[in-house]
Amino acid sequence: MTATALVERDFAVPDIRCAGCIAKLEQGLVRDRRIAAARVNFTEKRVHLSCTADTDMPDLIGAFSNLGFEAHPIGSGPEEADAEAETSRELLRAVAVSGFAMMNIMLLSVSVWSGAAGATRDLFHWLSAAIALPTVVYAGRPFFRSAWRALRHGRTNMDVPISIGVALVCAISMYETATSGPHAYFDGAAMLLFFLLCGRWLDSVMRDRARGGVTALLRNMGTGAMVLGNDGRSRWVDATALEPDMVMLVAAGERLSADGVVIGGASQLDLSLLTGESAPQPVRPDDRVHAGTLNLDAPIRVCVTAAGADTAIADIARLMGEAAQGKSRYVRIADRAARLYAPAVHCLALIAFAGWMIAGAGWHHSLLIAAAVLIITCPCALGLAVPAAQIVAAGELMRAGVLIKDGSALERLAEVDRALVDKTGTLTLGRPEAIGLERLDIGVKSLILSLSQASRHPLSEALTRGLQAYDVRPAEVKSIRETPGFGIEAHWAGRVVTLGRPQDAVLGDALATELSVDGRTVATIRFADRLRPDAAEAVDALGRQGIESMILSGDRAGAVAPVARELGLTAQTGMSPQDKLAAIDRQVALGHKVLMIGDGLNDGPALAAGHASMAPGSASDVGKNAADCIFLGDRLMPVAQTVRMARRAQAIVRQNFALAIGYNMIAVPLAFLGFVTPLVAAIAMSGSSLIVVGNALRLKWAIQ
Amino acid sequence: MNGLIFLIPIALGLGLLGLAAFFWSLKKGQFDDLDGAALRIFVEDEEGRES
Repeated sequence: MTATALVERDFAVPDIRCAGCIAKLEQGLVRDRRIAAARVNFTEKRVHLSCTADTDMPDLIGAFSNLGFEAHPIGSGPEEADAEAETSRELLRAVAVSGFAMMNIMLLSVSVWSGAAGATRDLFHWLSAAIALPTVVYAGRPFFRSAWRALRHGRTNMDVPISIGVALVCAISMYETATSGPHAYFDGAAMLLFFLLCGRWLDSVMRDRARGGVTALLRNMGTGAMVLGNDGRSRWVDATALEPDMVMLVAAGERLSADGVVIGGASQLDLSLLTGESAPQPVRPDDRVHAGTLNLDAPIRVCVTAAGADTAIADIARLMGEAAQGKSRYVRIADRAARLYAPAVHCLALIAFAGWMIAGAGWHHSLLIAAAVLIITCPCALGLAVPAAQIVAAGELMRAGVLIKDGSALERLAEVDRALVDKTGTLTLGRPEAIGLERLDIGVKSLILSLSQASRHPLSEALTRGLQAYDVRPAEVKSIRETPGFGIEAHWAGRVVTLGRPQDAVLGDALATELSVDGRTVATIRFADRLRPDAAEAVDALGRQGIESMILSGDRAGAVAPVARELGLTAQTGMSPQDKLAAIDRQVALGHKVLMIGDGLNDGPALAAGHASMAPGSASDVGKNAADCIFLGDRLMPVAQTVRMARRAQAIVRQNFALAIGYNMIAVPLAFLGFVTPLVAAIAMSGSSLIVVGNALRLKWAIQ
Repeated sequence: MNGLIFLIPIALGLGLLGLAAFFWSLKKGQFDDLDGAALRIFVEDEEGRES
């Protein structure tokens, strides 16, 4: 090992699929002298590297690509992410503590229920108290805090009856213990906390997992640039360290990491993430260019004018802020239930207390019964009903390549009845695909493959990708040379072959490339952005679920029309971000709940405004941030699957609520009449929780 | 009754031991990569390389 200082870096590597990949990465990466250690995290599809401080980012990414993996650097995450992960860990600790307490108190309680009496029973009650009270103080904090916050603002939530219930039960049990009474409910209090914390923890795990996936994706693009120094040498600079007046060298196939002005070279830029426009735009010196656009053609030099957080177009940021307000007004189903439930529980307990007082039972007995009512009605199953169903649904969707950001997104997705879809990059793949490859003969194909393999140019990569489907082997060529902006040249069987920009200008601005042998054109290949392979089926599937789709595109009518015709959808074209927002508002005014699906920066406000929203994994940072969920891969079907899953999850949640209410209808009268001993409470609580969780697990097979 | 004097502390001690072990493993990152752990048994370590 070297003596130089090591730095830690994280990479998202989405292609880790099996044990072989783990072995290949961990053993392959350390062969590079500069990498001291590599550790794969399979669950999060990440690789953690310790490398020497002087290793450049492109070299590290190169080390990955030598092994056949695509890697995206993950910056040291923002602090808020750490805080969230910390909450989740704190909840898990609370679950462990309350679980421990529950089991040990149960151990003591079982002996009491089996007939321990006198001094033994008192001893066991004291021991239970010694375990339960610290547990309640430690593990109950999340509930007490939340209840206190709600009460201070004059509101009530699910945590208020829980907190009052637990506190009251502990107080009464202490009194019982001190006076050698027969019933102490310490096990009930600990069990209640345990089940509720399980629900909380599941909820936070779901958010954590999705957030991990999203941050990995967010680092997918333009995370740095080669910057030309004053001494004429270039070095790699992270996107966060870019500053105005630096000069970036942007090679063909790279995304711009900052806004700027072109000062050298001419090229074509793919603006589809920015505007939805599918045709590439030519740029020459003095043209303004924006972060997130893809350089298609030739290397250019760009003088940075704005970097980092300033790059997002201010207009879009403002629109997004306004649009997101509608979403924050959504109240989650558990909170809606709590609004009705909490007052009902309090009233019931109060009535029980008053009723028994009037019947002349004495305040001690009446309080005991009120506590039993509180413990029985406390929303144990209710607290688990929603998170259990949602985490199973989110886990299944994640397996299908869909990341859900939180539970409220699933609830909103279940309600949508209208889909507004962006075209470029959403219905289509958002990258050039070679057309008409099947018409070429095998010799030409193999020649093209041998040349295109040698280049990182986006069109070459599209050719390589397209040709791989035809099972061709590359022809043997010698002395391959790439001239930026023109093409690739090589020697093949004594002749000069070139693959590059077409010589005649007949094709106009359309993307095309040409293969020529000894200066004579052999084949011309055009490129176009193609529909996702299952776009039509996905739109059909949405239709069958009662969701009508419509295209909202920023592209020209001429480019949208063929897509709209093929899918049989109505389309609105040439829309600005404001127009898209207005279109959503019109649908909302008609009483529809809108699902917005889009990828570009221009879709950001619409994604934030939709009742629910989805973005493909290839979307812009803004799009991915604004969307409720993200689907990965080339297929569009996950959209329909997600909606179906969300509806199934919602159905399960409703069933769970019905189960919980049914259980209360049986248990509350018993508690009222004073039949609920600690034993009955324990059986009822764990029984109803198990049923609810079991019901949620049925979602596991719902995606097919 | 006499047996209880030993048995109860033993029962509680074992429980606490489990709790402590869980906290320890949580802190050491044993639960960070659950799916990966299942696959790692298929990975053959290269010779002369510590895990």
